Amino acid sequence: MIVRFRLNGESVVQVVKPNETLLDVLRDRIKLHSVKKGCDEGLCGTCTVILNGVPVRSCLMLAVQANDADIITVEGLAKLGTLSEIQQAFLEKNGFQCGFCTSGMMLTAKVLLDSNPKPSLDDIKDAFDGQLCRCTGYEQIIESVQRAAELRTAKK
Amino acid sequence: MEAEVRPLPRFEYFSPSSLSEALKLMKDYQGKARLLAGGTDLVIKLKKRAVIPEAVIDLNKIAALSFIKFAGGSLHIGALTRLTEIKDSPVVKEKAPALVEAISVMASTQIRNRATLAGNLCNASPAADTAPALLVLDASVKLQSADGDRIVPLAQFFMGPEQTVRKPGEIMTEIIVPEPKGSSTFIKLGRRKAFTLSVAAVAAYAQVSKGKFTEVRVAMGAVAPTPLRAEKVEKALKGKEVSEENIAKASALVKIDCCPITDVRASAEYRTEVSAVLAKRALRKVSMGEK
Repeated sequence: MIVRFRLNGESVVQVVKPNETLLDVLRDRIKLHSVKKGCDEGLCGTCTVILNGVPVRSCLMLAVQANDADIITVEGLAKLGTLSEIQQAFLEKNGFQCGFCTSGMMLTAKVLLDSNPKPSLDDIKDAFDGQLCRCTGYEQIIESVQRAAELRTAKK
Repeated sequence: MEAEVRPLPRFEYFSPSSLSEALKLMKDYQGKARLLAGGTDLVIKLKKRAVIPEAVIDLNKIAALSFIKFAGGSLHIGALTRLTEIKDSPVVKEKAPALVEAISVMASTQIRNRATLAGNLCNASPAADTAPALLVLDASVKLQSADGDRIVPLAQFFMGPEQTVRKPGEIMTEIIVPEPKGSSTFIKLGRRKAFTLSVAAVAAYAQVSKGKFTEVRVAMGAVAPTPLRAEKVEKALKGKEVSEENIAKASALVKIDCCPITDVRASAEYRTEVSAVLAKRALRKVSMGEK
């Protein structure tokens, strides 16, 4: 089947089988390895993509379901060679160690901050309730999101 | 090196744009098709080969199945409405607070962004959190087939783990919740605060008049093969005075109504004991306004 969608602003056309997940198509056909395959059953959050403005698990979607959708991955956060406020904040606050969860964390942060520029601690914890990190203990990730909110406010 | 891929079984994929098309496909495939809504249960089952359907019928293009409306004294929620939309809906908060409480402690944000209410019910997990909430709210579900539709009270919907009265050609199209006259609540005990399955869950509903229970409903999850009403508890309280003593005595009867199993999350004994505690808390909250 032919599936067409927008990926980080660019049109994509792929021939896929109905039984391929969106995650497998992004990784194995489009070679977008920033979208991680952790548990492959919806539990870890490393395969997060933003689908029509909403963060979702790409491992639980069929690729054919992405037809006509607008998808953003971590490559869509900033132009190549520049850093978005979220990326800058994760660097400043050591929001990652091994980096496996980072794409999913940053995309979750983007959707949260786009709709809620000054999130409370509880807002952050709620938005990240399904994003697992085995390195940081989450404190640095929370600080990174708070710092990203500051950087975004300062820029305005 | 290629990443390890656990391919899904092969199936025919359909994405009908109308309910009538979907119903025709369901009829044609005679129970050999699976419906895809949020995918948060089905895609995992496909990966694990727990189900190998001939066809997957994706409902996501049927816009008419996604709605929340209050009409004719009842709240109507479309089959494709996402849990996030229901949780954030002011009218659901007002008319079915126990449902909002249940969804708030279910799964994770991203799962709720895709998962649907009808999917949670049709998947029929004994631990489906929306079920106890909807049971105390006296909800019904609409099942539609190519030959017509029927309304089934949720209390008669579940048959066993992953088994319901839904027939092979039927699609659940909406969930109907009559406007409650009393208050309702939902309390869940999980191993963690977020993103966890219930060890036990209890929902309660009460109407109180002149210090007495005029109507009382209690339902439980994760403590029997299906979500179910705690009928002995309800009977013990109906018409009785609202008091600590009556609530404590009746709540203990949960132990007769439930029949849990021991699994990785908790032992049967613990589930039984804790259900009585949750029932007591829930009943106090709906009858005495306690938090």
